[in-house]
Amino acid sequence: MSTDMKQTHGIDPDVIPRSLESTNLSDEDHCIRVRDLNLYYGETQALKNISMDIARRRVTAFIGPSGCGKSTLLRCFNRMNDLVGSVRIEGSIELDGEEINAKTVQVAQLRQRVGMVFQKPNPFPKSIYENVAYGLRLQGIKSRRTLDDIIEKALRGAALWDEVKDRLHDNALGMSGGQQQRLVIARAIAVEPEVLLLDEPASALDPISTLKIEELIDELKDKYTILIVTHNMQQAARVSDYTAFMYLGKLIEYGATNKIFTNPGEKMTEDYVTGRYG
Amino acid sequence: MDRSFTAWWRSGTPWIWLNAAAVAASLAMVIGLLGLIAYNGLGHFWPHPVWEFSYRAADGSGVQHLIGELSDSEVTSVERMRHAGAQLPENIGEDLERYLLKTGNRDVSGLDFRWILQPLILERHRPPDLVVFERTEWGNFYGFLKNLKQGGKVVSEGDAAWRELQARLDYVDQVRAQIKEIEKDRIGEINYRIEQLRLDQRRLELEGRDTPQRLAQIEQQRAGLQARFRELQKELDAKYQEISGDSVTMTAMGEQEVEVPVARIVRAYRPNDMSAWQKAGFYLAKLWEFVSAEPREANTEGGIFPAIFGTVIMVMLMSVMVTPFGVVAAVYLREYAKQGPLTRLIRIAVNNLAGVPSIVYGVFGLGFFVYFLGGNIDQLFYPEALPAPTFGTPGLLWASLTLALLTLPVVIVATEEGLARIPSSIREGSLALGATKAETLWRTVLPMASPAMMTGLILAVARAAGEVAPLMLVGVVKLAPSLPLDGNPPFVHLDRKFMHLGFHIYDVGFQSPNVEAARPLVYATALLLVVVILVLNLAAISIRNHLRERYRELEQ
Repeated sequence: MSTDMKQTHGIDPDVIPRSLESTNLSDEDHCIRVRDLNLYYGETQALKNISMDIARRRVTAFIGPSGCGKSTLLRCFNRMNDLVGSVRIEGSIELDGEEINAKTVQVAQLRQRVGMVFQKPNPFPKSIYENVAYGLRLQGIKSRRTLDDIIEKALRGAALWDEVKDRLHDNALGMSGGQQQRLVIARAIAVEPEVLLLDEPASALDPISTLKIEELIDELKDKYTILIVTHNMQQAARVSDYTAFMYLGKLIEYGATNKIFTNPGEKMTEDYVTGRYG
Repeated sequence: MDRSFTAWWRSGTPWIWLNAAAVAASLAMVIGLLGLIAYNGLGHFWPHPVWEFSYRAADGSGVQHLIGELSDSEVTSVERMRHAGAQLPENIGEDLERYLLKTGNRDVSGLDFRWILQPLILERHRPPDLVVFERTEWGNFYGFLKNLKQGGKVVSEGDAAWRELQARLDYVDQVRAQIKEIEKDRIGEINYRIEQLRLDQRRLELEGRDTPQRLAQIEQQRAGLQARFRELQKELDAKYQEISGDSVTMTAMGEQEVEVPVARIVRAYRPNDMSAWQKAGFYLAKLWEFVSAEPREANTEGGIFPAIFGTVIMVMLMSVMVTPFGVVAAVYLREYAKQGPLTRLIRIAVNNLAGVPSIVYGVFGLGFFVYFLGGNIDQLFYPEALPAPTFGTPGLLWASLTLALLTLPVVIVATEEGLARIPSSIREGSLALGATKAETLWRTVLPMASPAMMTGLILAVARAAGEVAPLMLVGVVKLAPSLPLDGNPPFVHLDRKFMHLGFHIYDVGFQSPNVEAARPLVYATALLLVVVILVLNLAAISIRNHLRERYRELEQ
């Protein structure tokens, strides 16, 4: 498939048939189960009664206007919201049948299973090599050879290896924004998570870098369950198998991507995806 | 006219000029300060010409011959001089110039300096054969060399005597170095070990383990040391004997003949007969002596090496102590403590600590560190030395700790600011990879905040190195017999008192028996203090820049 086609056409014709294969969420193997999730920042309720199942090794996109709670929801899956002092969470989130908010769960271990990539590329001010090695060193991997192997694999996985293989020990901050974001993805997949949370991973990037990230997501979904928050509806349509539309903390509609975009069940969803709202 | 003025005013030009003027004034002051100190301090080591004056005594008692260096001059009123009893010729106007003459020879005349009035000078010249001695005591000597004696018998006279003196001085120098080596190092070591033996014996007695066998052992060691001490003493006597025989006969001011033992002469030179190159060599030698030798004559002569050493080691110890404390406190306050009224209160208190006068810290250090902590340490660990205190007396450790306390707020504030500047995205990135909060801190946040810590340390060093008042209470002395670092185990002696450049300035300038002669040394020491602080700061700044380059913050 040529890159030109993807850019010029809104929805990639290649993606649609694949999404059509599994239009029924109930047929899928569920990786994450969310039930009656309510989240409060102090007195304000940011998430209201969210219940959803997320399919294993599929890309699930979260769309909705700013402030609708999609990023907050995403940060629930690796308990990033713990960092906010005044947050209160009710309901249950299960990862492979295990309650992640349970007291016995070690947050650090959970986050190794649920990797996250943020809106702005945030490489550490270290070398490219050390950035990818960061999570591995945390796990206690010290052998130089093991590290080299995993790092090469992760960088290849993030489609970055060929660009950086000759300057692995240069500072990561010298890379372009798109490269930095792919480095961050490489860093995340180096620790072999089950789930990858992408919080608007391409919003700070130029179109070509965005395209590369999207291609990467397409490749990664064979191995990882990917949850992506995006403002860009075309992007959601291009990369995702399932789409969830959120509005004011509520999950309005959730289903196969092509259904959400071509034949939404809710008026509000239709208004949003056609651009009449937001 | 009015409109153009308004336009000029509103354009901000006067504001820019005002700023530029303020910067220029500040620069001028700094440069002026350094220039003054450098001029007064560095000029001191240059060999000044020595004049011989034919001078009509102010009390009218006849003509005197005066010898000395001109060290100052001022204009004063004839009226005042007459009033003070000077018999001045008529018709010399209202004002006259008078010179301060450094005549030296304190042992002969009792005075180092005297004022002479310009109108009473009959004639002055610089005799090339005039000799200046720098002596181990009594300051400089000015005069003419008459002859050189060995064991009371004249060996040579005149120019031959001068050449002979040079050769013998070289020899005396060598012997003196040997004597110093014996006295300082070898006998010093024996004294130290005998003292350790005494303490060992006392410890055994206190613990009730003083079996006759052990005591005999100690006694035997002590006898061995004392035998060696007597040997060295004999060797030392022989060395002293070797150089004590020679002396020179000098004709001093007023045709007085003075015998000066060669062993007392540190340096002999004829300043009026020196070429510019010789003077430059002499200057460098004096400068080197100043920074590398130990002080002589109540700190007014010789070098100030122990003070430089003490200042540097004290500042380094202080840095080693203050950095971990300050960083740990800042990390707790910023990263772990719940942000609320209590942390705000603590922060205000920390900031206010920076404003407490330093002498107050000195009083605290004396009361808490020296008397309380040190006293208890002595009770617990050094009971054998009591009642003589070991740590219960001012010393290097307590001085460093006191200064660490004094500079703690600076480090805390700087580190906190550094921590606050780390973008939260970096922390989140680390946490999202499965790092715990502590791992995030150690692996990412603290390294990135290290330039800020270094900034705090730089400010701390700048403040601590110049601090004198608290040190006078907790460990600095006028003259320390030994450095806090030497060859006797445990090599670093934190309990010892030490010398410090800041205190040295105060001591030389105000406590010295010969203030006038020591004044240039005050400037020279001040210059050196500035240089030491500058070097310490530059070292810290270069480390910080290196770290900054490494942990360059995210550009976006």
